[in-house]
Order: sequence, then C-alpha cells, then structure tokens
Amino acid sequence: MRKNMSESKATRRNGRRGPLASVALILIGLVATGGAYAALSTASASASVDLSSPAVIDEGQKLFAANCSTCHGQQAQGTANGPSLIGVGSAAVDFQVGTGRMPMQMSGPQAEQKPVQFTDEQTKALAAYVASLAPGPAIPAQSELEGGNVSNGGELFRINCAMCHNVAGAGGALTEGKYAPELKGVAAVHVYEAMLTGPQNMPVFNDLNLSPEEKKDIISYLTYIQENPSAGGLELSNLGPVSEGLFLWVFGLGAIVALTVWVTAKSN
Amino acid sequence: MAKNESGKADIVPANSAEATGTGVVAPDAFANPGLPPHRPRVTDLDPKAAKRAERVVYVLFYLSIAASVFAVYAYMFFPIEPENVHSVRMNTLYLGLGIAFSLLAIGIAAVHWGKAVMSDKEAIDHRHPVRGTEETRARAVEIFRESDEESGFSRRTLIRNGLIGALIAFPLPAIALFRGLAPMDVDPNNELKHTFWKKGMRLTRDPQGTPIKASELTIGSAFQVIPEGLVDLPEHEMLDAKAKAAVLLVRLKKEDLNWTSEERESWSYEGIVAYSKICTHVGCPVALYEQQTHHLLCPCHQSQFDIANECAVIFGPAARPLPQLPITVDAEGYLVATSDFTEPVGPSFWERAN
Repeated sequence: MRKNMSESKATRRNGRRGPLASVALILIGLVATGGAYAALSTASASASVDLSSPAVIDEGQKLFAANCSTCHGQQAQGTANGPSLIGVGSAAVDFQVGTGRMPMQMSGPQAEQKPVQFTDEQTKALAAYVASLAPGPAIPAQSELEGGNVSNGGELFRINCAMCHNVAGAGGALTEGKYAPELKGVAAVHVYEAMLTGPQNMPVFNDLNLSPEEKKDIISYLTYIQENPSAGGLELSNLGPVSEGLFLWVFGLGAIVALTVWVTAKSN
Repeated sequence: MAKNESGKADIVPANSAEATGTGVVAPDAFANPGLPPHRPRVTDLDPKAAKRAERVVYVLFYLSIAASVFAVYAYMFFPIEPENVHSVRMNTLYLGLGIAFSLLAIGIAAVHWGKAVMSDKEAIDHRHPVRGTEETRARAVEIFRESDEESGFSRRTLIRNGLIGALIAFPLPAIALFRGLAPMDVDPNNELKHTFWKKGMRLTRDPQGTPIKASELTIGSAFQVIPEGLVDLPEHEMLDAKAKAAVLLVRLKKEDLNWTSEERESWSYEGIVAYSKICTHVGCPVALYEQQTHHLLCPCHQSQFDIANECAVIFGPAARPLPQLPITVDAEGYLVATSDFTEPVGPSFWERAN
C-alpha cells in the first residue's frame, strides 16, 4: 500500500498527466466556451431595445412595409382589409406580433395564435415604429408584472375576466366561432398588454378601469393558479359542468353498467 | 323445512308436479318449459378452482380490512392544516380511496362468494295464497264490529266529529309557518320591479365602489358597475341588491349606436351606454362583451344582444332586450343614473305587465 501511494505521488511530482486529465481539460474548455456563449446570447436577447432610437424605428418601418402594409396600409392608416394602427401603441404591436397573432395567416372569425414570426428585436422594432406614429399604450416594464396581491387579483379576475376566460383561465367560446383563449402559459407581459389594449373582440381595461397595481394583482393570480395544483383534485381541464358531466357519464355510468353486468352474469 | 298452514312444504324442488300457485293456468297455453337444466360451474367440478375462488373471497375481505386501516392512517398522516387549502387535497383523496376500496372490496367479495362458492342449485319458492280462510275473514269483520261498539265511534257522534275536526285543524300552524317564509312587510311584486338605482346615484366600479368619470372610458372599454353605496350595505343585503342592480358599462363610437327615439338616445352619454347585466331569459349574468361586433353573449343559453341596437335580442331564447340604465354626467364629470331602470330587470314573472 505504502509503496503504491508513494509511487503515485512520485508520478504527479514528475509532471506526468494521468490518463483522464486530457479528457477533463477538454470538458472544462467546452463548458467554459458554451457557458460563456449562452450567457452572452441570453444577455443580448434580453437587452432592452431602445424604442425611441431612430435607427430602431427605421428598421421597424422597413419590416412594417414588407410584412404589414398590405392590410394596414403604407402609413399604417388602415385599409378595407385591416384597421388603422395609428395610436394603438407599442403594447398592441408587442402583443399581436409577440404572440404570433400577427401577421395574420388568413381571415376568419378571429386571428389565432400561431408560431411567432419575428425575433424579439424585430417585434420591438415594429412596436417602436407604430409607437412613433402617435402616442399609445406602451409595453409595460418587468417591475409592473410581479409580486401582486393574489386574492385581490382573484376577485378582480372573477368580476372582469372570468365570464369569457373561465374562472380558472381555461378559455371559452364566444359568438360565431370566436373564442376567448386559454390563459395558461401566456407570458405575463402579454396578459398585461391584452388588458391594456383590448385586442380583437376583448374589451379594453385601461389604467383608469384596472390600475397598473390591479393588473399586476390579476397577473399574480393567474401565475398562482398555474403554479399551485387545484385543492379539489382532478381538474378535467377546468372546462366546467359539461366536461365533468361527460366524464361521469362515460366512466361513472360505465363502471356501474360493468358492475351490474358482472353481478347478474352466471358464474361459469 | 318450513311448513305453511296447509301443511305443504314452502320450498319445493324444481319441476315438481305438486307445484301450485295463485296464477290462472290457461288450458291451451304452451307447456311450461321449466328451468333450463342445471349446469355445473368450474368451481363445482374442479376442486382447485373452488379453492381459488375461496381464496379470492377471503383475500378481498382482508384487503378491505387493510383499506379501512389505511383510511384511518391517511387521515392522520395527511392532516388538514389551517391556512393551507392544498392540504385538503391529499387528505380527502387518500381517506376517500381507503373508505371506497374497503366498502367496494366487501361488496365484490360478497358477490363473488355468492356466485362462485355458494351452492347454485335452482329451486322454486311458491307464493302463499293471499286470501285468508273463511273463518279468519269472518273473525276480522267481527273484530271491526266489536271495536266500533266498544269505542262508540258510530254512536258517540260528538266524540267522533271532535276527532275529525281536531285532525283537520292540526296542520293549520304549519301553513301559518310556511306563510312566514315569504318576504315580510314588502310586496314581492314591487321588489321585482325596482332595483337599488336611484336618480343621481353615481356609477361605481365593482368591487371597489369607486365612482367612474366619463373621461375614463376609452372606446372599447368595458366596466363592471354597481350603484354608489351598495358596498356599504350588510353583506346579505348587498348581495340581494347586487343581484338586480349589476350593470355593464361600455363605450362605443357614437355613430355606431342606433336609436329608436330621441328619448332613448338621451339615456346614453357620448357613446357611453349602461345595460343591466341580468339576462331577460332566466337571469344569468350577461357580460361576455365583444367590443368589435358590439355583441353581448349570455353564457348560460347563448342569448345574444346587440348593444349597437338598444341590446335587441339577435339570437337565443331571451324574449326581451336587456333593460337600459339611463345615465348622464354630474357637475364633476362622474357618470350618474338619471333614474332607476324603466322596466323590471331579469326574467319574466307572473305579475310583469309584458
């Protein structure tokens, strides 16, 4: 034993590397490069775009002319196919483009959510351009989205939002093929912008109706119900009495019928 | 074996010629095919299968015991903590599963016992004749007559009539008690025709109760509204009043609103209109507002109202438009009601004029 140990010590002192050393070195190198790249790239993605910079507005105007002007007009003045965007503000653009609703794929009862077509920077550039046309609701700061009062948010949600979006935010049907979308998994900033601007058939909840503080409470409530499981157990998508009734009809009655058949069948 | 009065056996073997019942036997009927021949079960023929069935039954009984013990254990191991709603979830889930399985296992074991282990030889059990013997019948009549004579029910008419009168009077207090459940000192009919709204009352936000300025409504805005002072009522009265007085306040472009008369137009203010949220069908809250189509949808039975046309019904079972609350602004720019609703809100009732 002692001999072995002294031998290994001797090897290290001699400066000779162990067989695993080169592998470890390569790994450290890879992790360091990858980590640095990841850190740098996230830093650039979350770096705030200056919406008032002329260069950004210019970039936005080019994107607008290429992607939006067919329906909304060259000057965003609106055409027969699309509404005017003058005065809708950067919040409306960030919501519509940032959730993939715009550019619209085809006309229909409502513009549906689909994979986002632009990068975050391009979306912000479009928002900057539209905001430069006339003042309108602005994209909220991150600080306006976190740490609200959950119980107050729940009450406000039930009074102002739950009739269309369902008490658990599961969404619901409106008239003639339109629907209020599900709110689970929607980014806080988009929920805020939707309340502020009233996209499509959603009414506007401006800051004088629901104050920024109250909007923050509603967002906190939505985050809370997504992060905490329902105390009542199986949620069945929170679609209400129809889905719950169907579940019982199929599985509850099914079990009763199966039991009845078994009880009355003759043993073989 | 039990014997009945006539000395015949209660239970007779199948296909017995002695079998007699009360049924009328038609002479030209099909011959009674009787019971199908007895078919032995697997458990009758194979002792191993019988043993297995027996094992299943007692194992189920033991599992039931285990489930009951588990339910008690779960009740203690997953306690309901005050202030923590989510602790209820595991408590009720495991307690319920334990109790449900213990009872279900007893049931399944009992049925399996009966079906697979107990004897399944068919037997016929005939009904007794319903009619008593002449002797019994005569005695019964006699007992009635004797009782009447001894009690004097027919003879002492004052007592008899007193009894009948007392029995008729006895339920009267119940009628008075149930009458007392009706609203006191108020005319229910009047209650249905009026709401909390009064002339000059400000429109306030639900639930905060803060007044709303006309300038705070941008085009496309929707406010959930309650009357001023409603939040100061005791909770029960507040809810009663709110159930009738809830209002949806929206702002449209002025040119989008169509009016049937100058007077109706004067109930709005610069494109701001206030409508009752109580559906005229069966009273659900109608607040699914689509700001582009100006349609209001009732979630219960899909009645649709068009805000641009005085909330006319455009689809569904509702019979009347939603009542409009006449509004204007006061000197400080706050929205106020100029009167109560001019017609009863909510669903039809018997005394409603139309």
